Amino acid sequence: MAQALTIPTPDEQMGEIPQVAQKKISMVVFSGDMDKAMAAFIIATGAAASGLQVTMFFTFWGLKLIQDGNRTGSSVYGRAMGAMNRGGIDRVGPSKFNFLGLGRWMFKKMMRSHNVASLPELREMATDLGVKMIACQMSMDVMEIPKETLIPEVDQVAGVAAFIEESQQSNSTLFI
Amino acid sequence: MTITAPEVTLNLEGMLCPIPVVKVAQAFKTLEVGDVLEATASDPGVLIDIPAWARTTGNELISIGREEKVITFQVRKVT
Repeated sequence: MAQALTIPTPDEQMGEIPQVAQKKISMVVFSGDMDKAMAAFIIATGAAASGLQVTMFFTFWGLKLIQDGNRTGSSVYGRAMGAMNRGGIDRVGPSKFNFLGLGRWMFKKMMRSHNVASLPELREMATDLGVKMIACQMSMDVMEIPKETLIPEVDQVAGVAAFIEESQQSNSTLFI
Repeated sequence: MTITAPEVTLNLEGMLCPIPVVKVAQAFKTLEVGDVLEATASDPGVLIDIPAWARTTGNELISIGREEKVITFQVRKVT
């Protein structure tokens, strides 16, 4: 009977979790474009500054943003990809008006003249504010990007289940 | 403009989003509950963002206003 069952109250289910659980936001950073990366890091730093716990999950082209810039790849294809799509947050260009790197140079110049934080500065700020950075194991395997070529600020290399766990606990999840 | 003598003052003039909010949040980590931070800024976005930040973090916005191009605000640490 229903009465015989003891259904735990939400408090009991929560166990030792403190009364005011910290709010969370999680994001998939799929893009390796400069402009989209700016958006991702601005939201991440803003959320962390507002007291939220932030997790950024970097996958595919987004891995470029957390690579140290060294060459990658072990197979012929992997090495070719590592050369043509070299990682490093300084190497990413805008999604429009890149013009073989001219756009990247122009954007950087314009952002500097308007006193906007650069991508490396934003990433450093995110780290200082305790933003958690996770790298996607599968895309690292496919693109032959070893863990040693990621920046040391990366907290974890993980898969989709780790991201789902984070997003389940989050108040909002973004895909950028 | 000044209602309370602030414990900390920041100059955020010339800085754009998200730096003002980040700097305020970083400064707040060093403050005690009840302390007041006063800052000046120039980005008009601050007029919307600092009140929003105060609401999200549960801190008290004492005042915010603009004279000419300079925005001044005071926030008290509550949490």
